[in-house]
Amino acid sequence: MGVARASFFGLRLPFSHKPALSITIARMPAGLTDLTLPNGLRVLLREIHTAPLISQWLWLRVGSRDELPGRTGASHWVEHMFFKGTPRFPGGELDKAISRRGGVWNAMTYLDWTAYYETLPAAEIDLALEMEADRLLNAAFAEPDVESERTVIISERQGNENSPLFKLDEAIQNAAFSTHGYQHEIIGSRADLQSMTRADLYDHYRAYYTPANAVLALAGDFDTPALLARIEDLYGRLPAGPPPQRPQRPEPPQTEPIRLTVTGPGETTFLHLCVRAPAASHPDFYAFMALDSLLTGPSNLNMFGGGISNRTSRLYHALVEGEIAVSVAGGLQATLDPFLYTIHLTLNPRHTPASAEAALLTALEILLAAPPDPAELARAVKQARALFAYGSESITNQAFWLGFSEMLGGLAWFETYLDHLAAVTPEDVWRVAREYFAPARRILGVYQPDGTPLPDEDAE
Amino acid sequence: MSAPAVPGPQDILRRQLSNGIVLLARRNPASPSVAVGGSLPVGALYNPPDKLGLADFTAAALMRGTHARSMHAIYDLLEGAAASLGFSGGTHTTGFSGKCLAEDLPTLLGLLAEALRQPAFPPEQIEKLRAQFLTGLALRAQDTADRAGLAFDELAYPDHPYRFPEEGHPHTVSAITRQDLADFHAAHYGPRGLHLAIVGGVEPTAALDAVEAALGDWLNPAQPAEPSLPPAPPPPAEVRRRELVPGMSQSDIVLGTPGPARAAPDYLACALANDVLGVFGMMGRIGESVRERAGLAYYAGSHLGGSLGPGPWTVSAGVDPRHEEQAIDLIKAEIRRLVTEPITHAELADCQAARIGSLPLSLESNAGVAGSLLSMEKHNLGLDYLQRYPDLIRAITPEHALAAAQHYLDPDRLAIATAGPARPD
Repeated sequence: MGVARASFFGLRLPFSHKPALSITIARMPAGLTDLTLPNGLRVLLREIHTAPLISQWLWLRVGSRDELPGRTGASHWVEHMFFKGTPRFPGGELDKAISRRGGVWNAMTYLDWTAYYETLPAAEIDLALEMEADRLLNAAFAEPDVESERTVIISERQGNENSPLFKLDEAIQNAAFSTHGYQHEIIGSRADLQSMTRADLYDHYRAYYTPANAVLALAGDFDTPALLARIEDLYGRLPAGPPPQRPQRPEPPQTEPIRLTVTGPGETTFLHLCVRAPAASHPDFYAFMALDSLLTGPSNLNMFGGGISNRTSRLYHALVEGEIAVSVAGGLQATLDPFLYTIHLTLNPRHTPASAEAALLTALEILLAAPPDPAELARAVKQARALFAYGSESITNQAFWLGFSEMLGGLAWFETYLDHLAAVTPEDVWRVAREYFAPARRILGVYQPDGTPLPDEDAE
Repeated sequence: MSAPAVPGPQDILRRQLSNGIVLLARRNPASPSVAVGGSLPVGALYNPPDKLGLADFTAAALMRGTHARSMHAIYDLLEGAAASLGFSGGTHTTGFSGKCLAEDLPTLLGLLAEALRQPAFPPEQIEKLRAQFLTGLALRAQDTADRAGLAFDELAYPDHPYRFPEEGHPHTVSAITRQDLADFHAAHYGPRGLHLAIVGGVEPTAALDAVEAALGDWLNPAQPAEPSLPPAPPPPAEVRRRELVPGMSQSDIVLGTPGPARAAPDYLACALANDVLGVFGMMGRIGESVRERAGLAYYAGSHLGGSLGPGPWTVSAGVDPRHEEQAIDLIKAEIRRLVTEPITHAELADCQAARIGSLPLSLESNAGVAGSLLSMEKHNLGLDYLQRYPDLIRAITPEHALAAAQHYLDPDRLAIATAGPARPD
């Protein structure tokens, strides 16, 4: 399921080191502290003593959905500027300071949120606390840094553009949403990346980077009262700032099927069937999660890796075993508003998009014809539980989940996730499948190789 | 509760079975799951030149059906237990890794043994797998980073088997038959040299019993000795190649030279020199120069690839096609500096602190510990290696790093490969 996530996460660093995360769960056990500072900063702390590490995550309620035309990509660019430092912590020095303490840090920009994290040996966490509190208020945004980062981000976008899947997903998002901020890719359009100014970025930063719009989550090997005192000292002094206004641009329902084709170099054809999925807070989300598991194997909501194979899923059986496709993947993402659920096929070269589409729809029709077997559903629930268990090893992941669930509607979402999933019935899955996969709600996108002749790599 | 100490002889169980298999096991009392990893001494070095990709193909086919179970039955058992298991072919070795809930370890080891010992290579599955490989190779042809990497290997290892891609070429993969896979398996797979690590919520002695039951009676007297490798000298002068990949937005650059094997006495000195060059902080001196100061690339860093043989020491970057030459010049300037003047004591101290300080993070997961145990076994580093590691790192001086860099890197004798669209000259 290597391409399960259709959407792109803007990361400051290429994720070549692929942290092996997964998630833990169960109910939020003892050891959780949840409070809000007077300036509005929400603080979530979870003491865990399995490894001598602490992970800090700062979450902001701002993502690409909040960007208006002309400023697409601003959230991701601001995220990059956060690493250029403050007067007190100059940019390059921070990279070195984290590394020399044996830590890692990175950040990610998503549709709905932006997050920064540092994971360090427990004795070194004070650097992360001081630095993060400082840059929440004092990021410099020096003009030369804005300009050098402009070309870095355009280079990042060029790297994405080399991928057929990026081109296809960008076209699909653009066609699927007419008013909602989910319309554009997180990295932004090339034109906006070329034209945005330092003032545009700084305004974005000042509007959204306030304590009341942030969640601070830490997990790991600390003493809660001592850590809390330090947080109150460092973060409590930050001015509250005005509450941000997030643009609300609800997307009207899709009433007709959408079809599109993107052409480009290569020999391989890709087909994406998308529908708008329920938002994470919608009651149908859990039944859709079970549906996704039956169709394409269990999705892993963890930020980093850690899934299992999907060879017993229905679409693998029908399409890969049936030699229609060489791979199939799906991925449900937890979002604030309905975003796209994508079934991704890499076609077997012997098949055309039309024959692959027909085979996919036939497989889908079987699912739409009757409720699934309860045993199939029970397997999906067991797989979800195991994915949670595998993640309990990672401190970084545990801190991730505290803030992530808060972005989606609160800790309860996280605490009750498995219970909700276990309560899904075959009839729920059947109803959700018929409703969300109704023909008028489908989007079919094809990446079609344009026949550009390739140099023969064997000819040398 | 205090956090666990660094793994060492006090809590690693190491046993060699009578058939040669070496088991390394360590318990993680906090974990409800188990990570399993390992390797066999069979890899792409054994590929016939007209059937490149054979070792890779064989490894991938192991899970496609055994004499006891169909592929569907294998995955039904595996995914039904929410477990995972996979094989991947490498140059010297074939690796495997998996995970499961602790109570399912016997199931996982049973499937591992079945796949290793009794693969059936069902013809219809072989053809499906071939279609997947060929599609992968078609995608590789469009991937600028892959294309630059392939060209680099040919430039840097002209008279050495490392020049061949492990996954082969379309015509070599097309030429592989089912019988080739079965023969390759029969001739090369066996218990001698097999290393297996089991880490997580299981007692090491219970892991030993389970491994003994699954693999203890496996024998294959036909297993060959590993082929010896010719030397891999640096190019006599700078060599360059540019691969044209039409329709792309970005070019990739891979440049470098053959580097040290992991067992080379100067390996750690190279590792620290490499950290300074293109790893530490935001991709070291190269990141500072190419990304932070010049704004030329989203990624630009260096990598030391040595394992059982003289793997490459490379710098790679993704840049706008118009900026290829500028980026190459900046990178060469940093390599020249690395082999001309000693790294500073401050730089060295930073990189030493980073390597020692990051041990807890690299060891927090079961899979991370399993990987460390396997590396210690593969390179004969000793069970106390992680405990000695801080002293080994602290013993490196700027002069050691300079001598090591000079030994392998010459800015005038680099292999330089680029891949991208036509350049708008």
